[in-house]
Amino acid sequence: MKVTFPHMGNMYICLKALLTSLGVEVVVPPMPSQKTLTLGTQHSPEFACLPLKINMGNFIEAYEQGADTILMAGGIGPCRFGYYAQVEREILEDMGLKMNMVVLEPPQKHLSELLINIRKVTGNRSWVDIVRAIRFAWYKARAVDEVEEILHRIRPREFEPGSADAVYKKALKWIDDAPDRKELKKAVEAARLELDAIPIDREREVVRIGIVGEIYVMLEPFVNLEVERQLGRLGVEVERSIYLSEWINDHLFMGLLNIKGSKEARKLAPPYVNHFVGGHGQETIGSTVLFANRKYDGVIQVQPFTCMPEIVAESIIPTVSRDLGIPTFCLIVDEHSGDAGVLTRLEAFVDLLERKKEKSAVPESTEKKGEQVCLDI
Amino acid sequence: MTVKVGIPRALLFYYYFPMWNGFFKALGVEVILSRNTTKGILDKGVRQSVDDACLPVKLFFGHVLDLKDRVDYLFIPRMVSVERKEYICPKFLGLPDMIRHNVPDLPPIIDITVNMSRREKNLYKAFAEAGKLFTANPLAVRKAFRAGLEEQERFHRLNHLGYLPHETIEQMSRGLVNQNYSPAQTGDMTIALVGHGYNIYDSYISMDLIEKLRNMGVRIVTPDNLTGTIIEEKSDELPKKMFWTLGKRMIGSAFHYMRSDRIDGIIHVASFGCGPDSFTGEIIERHLRRRRNIPFLNLTIDEHTGEAGIITRLEAYVDMIRWRRAAL
Repeated sequence: MKVTFPHMGNMYICLKALLTSLGVEVVVPPMPSQKTLTLGTQHSPEFACLPLKINMGNFIEAYEQGADTILMAGGIGPCRFGYYAQVEREILEDMGLKMNMVVLEPPQKHLSELLINIRKVTGNRSWVDIVRAIRFAWYKARAVDEVEEILHRIRPREFEPGSADAVYKKALKWIDDAPDRKELKKAVEAARLELDAIPIDREREVVRIGIVGEIYVMLEPFVNLEVERQLGRLGVEVERSIYLSEWINDHLFMGLLNIKGSKEARKLAPPYVNHFVGGHGQETIGSTVLFANRKYDGVIQVQPFTCMPEIVAESIIPTVSRDLGIPTFCLIVDEHSGDAGVLTRLEAFVDLLERKKEKSAVPESTEKKGEQVCLDI
Repeated sequence: MTVKVGIPRALLFYYYFPMWNGFFKALGVEVILSRNTTKGILDKGVRQSVDDACLPVKLFFGHVLDLKDRVDYLFIPRMVSVERKEYICPKFLGLPDMIRHNVPDLPPIIDITVNMSRREKNLYKAFAEAGKLFTANPLAVRKAFRAGLEEQERFHRLNHLGYLPHETIEQMSRGLVNQNYSPAQTGDMTIALVGHGYNIYDSYISMDLIEKLRNMGVRIVTPDNLTGTIIEEKSDELPKKMFWTLGKRMIGSAFHYMRSDRIDGIIHVASFGCGPDSFTGEIIERHLRRRRNIPFLNLTIDEHTGEAGIITRLEAYVDMIRWRRAAL
C-alpha cells in the first residue's frame, strides 16, 4: 500500500510524519505547479472551486508515481469541501485510475471516530503507537508554524530581499527530515538562529496587513500566488488569521488543545454575521474585526472563485471596513489568475495603506486649522 | 389598517410560500408579494449585490428592492436546515445578513432562524418567534402554524399530482384545495427538468424554459413532482449522504428518472457559479453517462444569457431525442 494525500501548504510535512512513523509507505505528490493545475482543471467540473482542481492534479501526479491509496479529509457541510472526496472518487473511477480512498470524516461525537478511520490506513498498529504518531505530527505542525511566524516578522525588514525565504525553505526541509522530537527541536532552534542572523532594518516602519479568508487559499502559496511573499517584498508584515496547527486543532482534534483557535474570531462576527455560514465565512468577518481592533493597517481577503461562504463574507466586509475604518481588499483566485495583475493590485493597495499611515502620523499642530484631513483611500 | 408583510418572489418562495402565506394569513396579516421578475428587478438586484453572488441571490436582492417601500416588515427567514443533518446552502445561511448590509433603508426584517438539523421542533419555535410580533396570544400562533403546515401539505400533494410549484401556487391562490387527477399535459415526450426551483420556475430568468419546451411538444416533470420517500431512497445510493437538501432532491430525482421508461431526456439547469450545482451536476452527468440510455443536457444560466442561444440548444436537444427514437 502506497498512501498519498492532497497538498495544503505545509500540511504534507505533518501527514508524512504521521504515516511514516507508523510504517506506512508514503508518496508525497509533487508540489503544486502549473502542470498540477492543468491536469486537475482538465478533469474537474468547470465550476468546482479551485482546491478541488488542485487536489485532482495532486492525485493524478501521485498516481503516476505509484500511489494506490488516497488519504482525504471529509466534512459535514454546508461548504463543498465535505463532498470533495465523493466527487473525486467519481472522477477517478471514470478516468480509470484504480485508487482506494480513505476519507477521514471529522469526528461527530467522539475523537475515537477519527482514530478508527486512521486505523484503516495503519492496519494493526497499537493505539499507543498511533497516538504517539499523531502527537509527533502535531509537533511538526507547531514547528512549521513557529518558523513561519518568525519568517513573517523578518521578511518585510530584511536588507536583502529573499534571504529569509531561502532560510525558510531550508528550515522546512530540516523539519521534514527530523526523525524524532529531539531532532525536531534542534531543527526549529537552528532555523530560529539562522533567521535571527539575517540582517534586518529594525527602524523601518512597516505596514501591517492581516490575511483572512478561505483556509486552503490562505495556506497554499501556489494557489494564492504567493501573496505573503509578494507582500513581504513590498515591505508589509503579514499575519494570517489561521495557522496550520490551529486548523488541525479546530477540525481534527475538535478544539481539545488549549491554543488560540477560531473561537475568538467567531465571537467577534456578530452583529455582522449572526450565524455560521459554513467554511470560514464567519471567521473571515470575525478576524477582520480582530485585525481592526489590533490596529492593523489593512486586511486582505483571499478566496477561490465561487466559494460560497466567502461570498457571504465578501458582501459584508465593506460594512465592517466602513464601521471600523480598516481598508480591505478581496483577492479571488481561479485557474486563470495571473500573478502580474495581482501584483499590480497588491502594490496599489499597499501604496494606499502607506499613504494613509503617513498622513495619520502627521501631528495635529502642523495642519492648518479648519482644513479637512483626508484619511479616506 | 392591517400589517403588511412582504415576501420576495424568489429563492425559497417556490418551496415554502404556502406555509408562510398560510401562517401569516391566519394571523390576520396581509401578505404582499413582489412583482413577477422583470429585467428592471434583475438589473436592480445585480447592481445592489456583490459581483460573485449567484444569479438567484442577485435576483433576491432585486425583489427585496421591489418590495421594501411597500411593506411594514420583510420576511427573510434564515433557512439553515429543513431536514436532519442537512443544510440548504451557505448563502441561505447568511442571506438576512447579506441583505441587511447591502440594501439601505430597509423596513424591519423578520429573520427567524429555521434550523431543523438537530430537532424538527425547532420549526415551531422559529414561527412562534415571528408570530409574537403580531399577536400576544400563543394559541393563535399555534393555530396559525397549523394552518401554515396544512397549506404546505396541500401544496406538496398537488405537486405530487403533476402540477409544477409555480402553477400550484397560482391554483391555490384561485381557491383550488384538492383534486384526485393529474393535470393534463400534451406532448409526445417527457423530459425531466432537474434544477433548483427558483431557477426553473421563474419564467424570466429561466427564459420561459418550461413553456418553450411545452410548445415543442414536451411534457415536463421536475424533482418537485416526486415524493420525499423516492428522493430519500434514490439519493441513498450515494456512498455518502448529500448534505444539501436541494442538491439531494436533484440527485435523487435524476437517479429516479434515469431508470424510468417514461422519461426521454434529462435537462440539468444550473446557475452560473452555483456551488452545490457544480457537484450535483457532475455526479448526475457521470452516472448518466455510464448508463448511456438517456440524453443529458446541461444548461447554465446567468444574468447575461441570450435567449436565442438557449432556444437553439433546446431545439437541437429535442430534435435529437426524436431522431434517436425514430432510429431505434
